[in-house]
Amino acid sequence: MAGNAPTASEYVVHHLTHLNNTGHAQKNIVDWSVINLDTMFYSLSIGLLTVFLLWLAARKATSGVPGRFQAIVELLVDMVADQAKGIVHSAESRRFVAPLALTVFVWIFLMNAMDLLPVDLLPRVWEWIYAAGGGDPHHAYQRVVATADLSATLGMSCGVLLLCLWYNVKIKGVSGWVHELFTAPFGAHPLLWPVNFAMQIIEFLAKTISHGMRLFGNMYAGELIFILIALLGSTATVFGFLGHVVAGTIWAIFHILIITLQAFIFMMLTLVYIGQAHEGH
Amino acid sequence: MNLNATLIAQLVVFFILGWFTMKFVWPPIVKALDERAKKIADGLAAADKAKADLVLAEKKVVEELRKARESAGDTRAAAEKQAAKLIDDARAEAARLIAKAREDAEAEAGAAAQRAKEALREQVAALAVAGAERILRKEINAQAHVELLANLKQELQ
Repeated sequence: MAGNAPTASEYVVHHLTHLNNTGHAQKNIVDWSVINLDTMFYSLSIGLLTVFLLWLAARKATSGVPGRFQAIVELLVDMVADQAKGIVHSAESRRFVAPLALTVFVWIFLMNAMDLLPVDLLPRVWEWIYAAGGGDPHHAYQRVVATADLSATLGMSCGVLLLCLWYNVKIKGVSGWVHELFTAPFGAHPLLWPVNFAMQIIEFLAKTISHGMRLFGNMYAGELIFILIALLGSTATVFGFLGHVVAGTIWAIFHILIITLQAFIFMMLTLVYIGQAHEGH
Repeated sequence: MNLNATLIAQLVVFFILGWFTMKFVWPPIVKALDERAKKIADGLAAADKAKADLVLAEKKVVEELRKARESAGDTRAAAEKQAAKLIDDARAEAARLIAKAREDAEAEAGAAAQRAKEALREQVAALAVAGAERILRKEINAQAHVELLANLKQELQ
């Protein structure tokens, strides 16, 4: 860390503050007038990169001998198609749900993979750009892992919730679904209606919140550990340097598993929740 | 750990990317995969068929070879028979020719001997007459003794 070195606490807080449209950290827990520009930038660019890569493979897809790139994309498509077939028992729904799951998997994987970049690299570049533009680098916030932003992960899990509601209505009809809301899981007795309904609402809330929180929590914790490891290196002692190298290596290797696993889990839960919307209780 | 409008934006992006994949990515890749699966299945079926055809062809070859060998044997047997017959015929013809030649020769020899005998007989008769003339010192009338001479000729035969 150059210049007037921040304290460890300042360093961590600086790294965990989003670049948003207000220019300073968000004050309230929920504020719909704020939008995180860094999250949107990385999420959108990586999302576009995702569909561009997939489109690149799809454009040249032939039934002949596939190239390596086509083969890896086909592998992914085949994997997602198999999972979707086993979980969502409606060929018509799968026409949208399976491609969505594929996009989600690749997209989240790539967003998570941003965690493997050196933790100070892009934030420092942004500080330079910000300072070159005349700003105070202490207020040049930048978080590069979009999935470590709760708004982003909950945004996606709310998307899954909307799909669940849509398919519930589509498959069971409005009356069928309302009937299910009040009679499942405990039974059709009128006294049980409120209990059933409460359970159903809790279930939807729990599914959606845990879906978004799980990804967020894993990536946020991973990012924080990278920041702490970087702090260890910043002590500029032999121990700190070795600790930074060794711990950073081990954590990064372990994190390869986590970013893949979390992307896979998010995709699988997307399929599972939508699959459940197709089945009666 | 705050919630803000990013959530809404991310939700919208989520659906747009999903829609894009559904529209432009998924169908061509799945189509290619299905087509390749079909190609491979067809290829495997063709390979199986080719294998079965090969077995049939090999069987046919063996059968044809057997037939060819058989017919070659037949031909040879017929040729040998023909040759034997030709040799036999030739031998029989030769034997016939030899026999005929011998017969002819014998007949010739017989005729020559007969002719010699005839000549001798003539001469014997003449000699007998001449001898008798010498003995009798006179001429014998051959006319008068023609019967006697004929008898003598007869006896000499």
